[in-house]
Amino acid sequence: MSLLEIIILLPLLAALVTWLGSPARITALAASLLNLVLVGWAFLNYQSLHGADGAMAFRHARTVLTSPHIQFAVGADGLSLTMALLTVLVTLAALWSLVDKERIYYTSTLLIASGALGAFLCTDIFFLYAFHELALIPTFLMIALFGHGDKKDAAWRITIYLGVGSLILLAGLLGVVWYCSPEKGKLTFDLLALKPLAADAPYAKYAAANFFVLLVGFGTLVSLFPFHSWAAPAYAAAPTPIAMMHAGVLKKFGLYGLIRIALPLLPTGANTPWVQHALLYMLLGNILVMGFVTLHQRRLDGLLANSSVMHMGYIFLGLASGNALGQNGAVLLMFAHGISVALLFMLCGRLRNQLGTLEFDKLGGLAANAPFLSLIFGVGAFASIGLPGLANFAGEVLIFLSTFKNFQASEGFTFLQITTILSLWGVVISAVYMLRAYRKIFFGQPSAGHFMSDPSLLQRVPMFLLAAVLLVVGLYPAILLNVVQVSLAATGLK
Amino acid sequence: MSPLSLELGLGLLGLVLLLVESFASVPRKLIAYAAIGGLLAALAVIVSGAAGSVPDSLKEFYVVDPLALFYKGFAIIATLATIILSLEYAPIIHQFVATHPERTKEAGLGEFYSLPLFVCVGMMVMASAVDLITIFVALELVTVSFYVLVAFMRRSAASLEAGVKYLILGALSTGLLVYGMSWLYGMTGELSLSGVAYKLAHWEGNSAPILFAVGLMLAGLAFKVGAVPFHIWIPDVYQGAPTPVTAFLSVGSKAAGFVVLTRIVGTFLTPGSVVAGPVIQILLILGGATILLGNLAAIAQTNFKRLLGYSSIAHAGYLLVALACIHTGGLKMTSGEVAAFYLATYLPMTFVCFLILSAMRAKGYGEDIASLKGLGRANPTLGLALAIALASLAGLPLTAGFMGKFFVIFATVLEGYYTYLAIAVIGAATGFFYYFKVILAVYSKPDGPSEGPTPDLGLLSKVSLAVFVAAILVVGVYPDLIRFALVK
Repeated sequence: MSLLEIIILLPLLAALVTWLGSPARITALAASLLNLVLVGWAFLNYQSLHGADGAMAFRHARTVLTSPHIQFAVGADGLSLTMALLTVLVTLAALWSLVDKERIYYTSTLLIASGALGAFLCTDIFFLYAFHELALIPTFLMIALFGHGDKKDAAWRITIYLGVGSLILLAGLLGVVWYCSPEKGKLTFDLLALKPLAADAPYAKYAAANFFVLLVGFGTLVSLFPFHSWAAPAYAAAPTPIAMMHAGVLKKFGLYGLIRIALPLLPTGANTPWVQHALLYMLLGNILVMGFVTLHQRRLDGLLANSSVMHMGYIFLGLASGNALGQNGAVLLMFAHGISVALLFMLCGRLRNQLGTLEFDKLGGLAANAPFLSLIFGVGAFASIGLPGLANFAGEVLIFLSTFKNFQASEGFTFLQITTILSLWGVVISAVYMLRAYRKIFFGQPSAGHFMSDPSLLQRVPMFLLAAVLLVVGLYPAILLNVVQVSLAATGLK
Repeated sequence: MSPLSLELGLGLLGLVLLLVESFASVPRKLIAYAAIGGLLAALAVIVSGAAGSVPDSLKEFYVVDPLALFYKGFAIIATLATIILSLEYAPIIHQFVATHPERTKEAGLGEFYSLPLFVCVGMMVMASAVDLITIFVALELVTVSFYVLVAFMRRSAASLEAGVKYLILGALSTGLLVYGMSWLYGMTGELSLSGVAYKLAHWEGNSAPILFAVGLMLAGLAFKVGAVPFHIWIPDVYQGAPTPVTAFLSVGSKAAGFVVLTRIVGTFLTPGSVVAGPVIQILLILGGATILLGNLAAIAQTNFKRLLGYSSIAHAGYLLVALACIHTGGLKMTSGEVAAFYLATYLPMTFVCFLILSAMRAKGYGEDIASLKGLGRANPTLGLALAIALASLAGLPLTAGFMGKFFVIFATVLEGYYTYLAIAVIGAATGFFYYFKVILAVYSKPDGPSEGPTPDLGLLSKVSLAVFVAAILVVGVYPDLIRFALVK
């Protein structure tokens, strides 16, 4: 068994043992801590052990099907390790923050973690896809069974949207395999063996359509406008650990897939003008339309859910920029957004448990009795706005700068640059709704009947962990960018 | 050892068991165990590869190729599972068969255990049949045995209704099939499929009569596999028949129909065939309509057995589309092998569902989806097994069901049938909805305040449940396991 296989299977094993009846909390926390150590070790040693060329490391493959060639192949480069690090961090925090919950909460969180790790660490398209689906099942079930509010409706919506999205994605992936396999008649799902054949004349005419199918498929999973309407109700309804795992980690799979599969293998498709324009319009929808929708939320869970849809727009902008700077920014923002949204959902779950309501009108003045909580919430909220010094800022600024990389004053703004200018308004919108929410909940007149206390020291650990990561990466983004940059260059992205 | 001796042996065993049932007063369970023993022995012969070959004089009628061996093994496993399921379901059968259930203990059970053997013999012959007459006789052996089995619970109105419906529509479809065969024979003068294929490839003159024959035969077979628009009988018959028979129908009868379809379609699509184009079109349209209707109609179902009926219609659609995709070189499988693979993945997941349904029924639960509520808490093992089987039916990755759909969808991509790719995708997405509805019920709290008896299974059923669930999971990550059996 190779290192990465152990990393993927450890949460799965822990889930199984928990299901069979071992002490849930101890098993889950031990497994996720161990996984954090393993992934951390791989992350820190990636460059020193495997050279600085950014190639896939820790590779291992077992053939599963001979024709078409499918392997259970694992491998990791800077990009996958960054995502794996995000996964183990959020998993640990999500499991730690569970208090007095049934066994099934631990099992499902571990299952989602295993699926996400498998999706990020497999280098075979088949298993990359399959692991993501594995992680979706517990997500659907947990929302339907233990959700809040209109949980049945939210669960059906996410099931159908993501089910259809995944199948569209499957069709697109099969197209990639068909077009890009090096030899006809010898189809392979091995990502590393697939060459960007789509640039060749016979395939070029399909490349744009195929890329678009992938964009819709992956985009649905990331709540790209207009395929987003599952996300807000699902996150608002989801039990806290599930919201943390899905909004924080699993959703990033769609973006990861675009960077890992669609952009490098179908470069001509990605550069086709109509595809680019479609993407720009859609991401503007995310930022502006969803921004205004978020402005009008009256409850904290709805606000966080919608804002997490909105922020996907910036990441898509990074991918649309078409240069390395923007893609690095996108990866950085994927990581930062995952951490910050997980932190906010964790705090939101705590508020719901203690106060029983999340409506802004009924809340106020919580900071007086819960200074630590209000400080941590502030870190999460400011990170999410993009305050300098916190991780999200580093990602966003790289993305915005990247679109002006080839700016020529004499030629005026391109469509991409106009989109960026409009997107900048999104930052203002985020600042308005986040600060307003922060003020209403934590400051002002304390509302009657709602008392909030700070968490115990032990329960502060996961909050502190995520907040510290936001701060460290915000001040020293090179810690991630050093490994991401070379790997993105090595995948052949331009 | 001649492979035909397997069929003869099993047929003989069935006859002996019927005589025992009539004249000896042994415990009826022993009859089931004898049948299981015989089937296991036959399976061992096939798996060990000792089935041998047939003499040249028979080759016009009966072949033993990997596909035939595969379907023979398939028939035996399906029959085994059915008899094990019947043991589980015996109390219900007895309740609806015996005139005085309280006085007689096991009336009628012996026949119920031995009749599946004849179906098995029919399916095994059919797997090898390459001659119109042989195909027809084997198909009738299967169908006639099923007429009896479907209507077996003679004191249950639903079972009788199902029996009559199945008899009438089955007879009609048989009529269509035979009529088509006689036209084909009349036009080509050949009964063996190889002869027909040769004539079709070198046909000169009017092809309309051939098309007429082909159309009739495909319609007759579409009845047998339950393809739209010949699917009307399926929901009622599935709901009314005894649960083990429903399971057997949905797996065995479907497999029987598809092995014949594979052989006959292969003949029609022989290179240069004059009817190749229309046959592919017919298969695609039938398949597309079947996928859509089966899946969409399943959404509204509240009875689990009926839902499985519609799901079985939907799966038939995927199989038909698979048969139409003949340029599957990239998969290193023929279209028939893709279909066989699909059926092999379909068998374990369907039987898991029916095993659990039988266990629930035997404890007095209804067959509605709502009556599954609370199963996940009452018996977590059964709940998990059912959830895995349903996830596999829905086609979730890392389960066998996904691999089956994966090959079919891949075949449509290779072939360039993008419309049918879209239909397959829509159908699969719909499947998510109604299969998840059932999974959700399994893990919901029961409606009533009181808890009913905990459903459980006998030892044999537990073993087969474990084997089937393991098969679903293993094939989901290691599909070559089945392909090695299929593509020798």
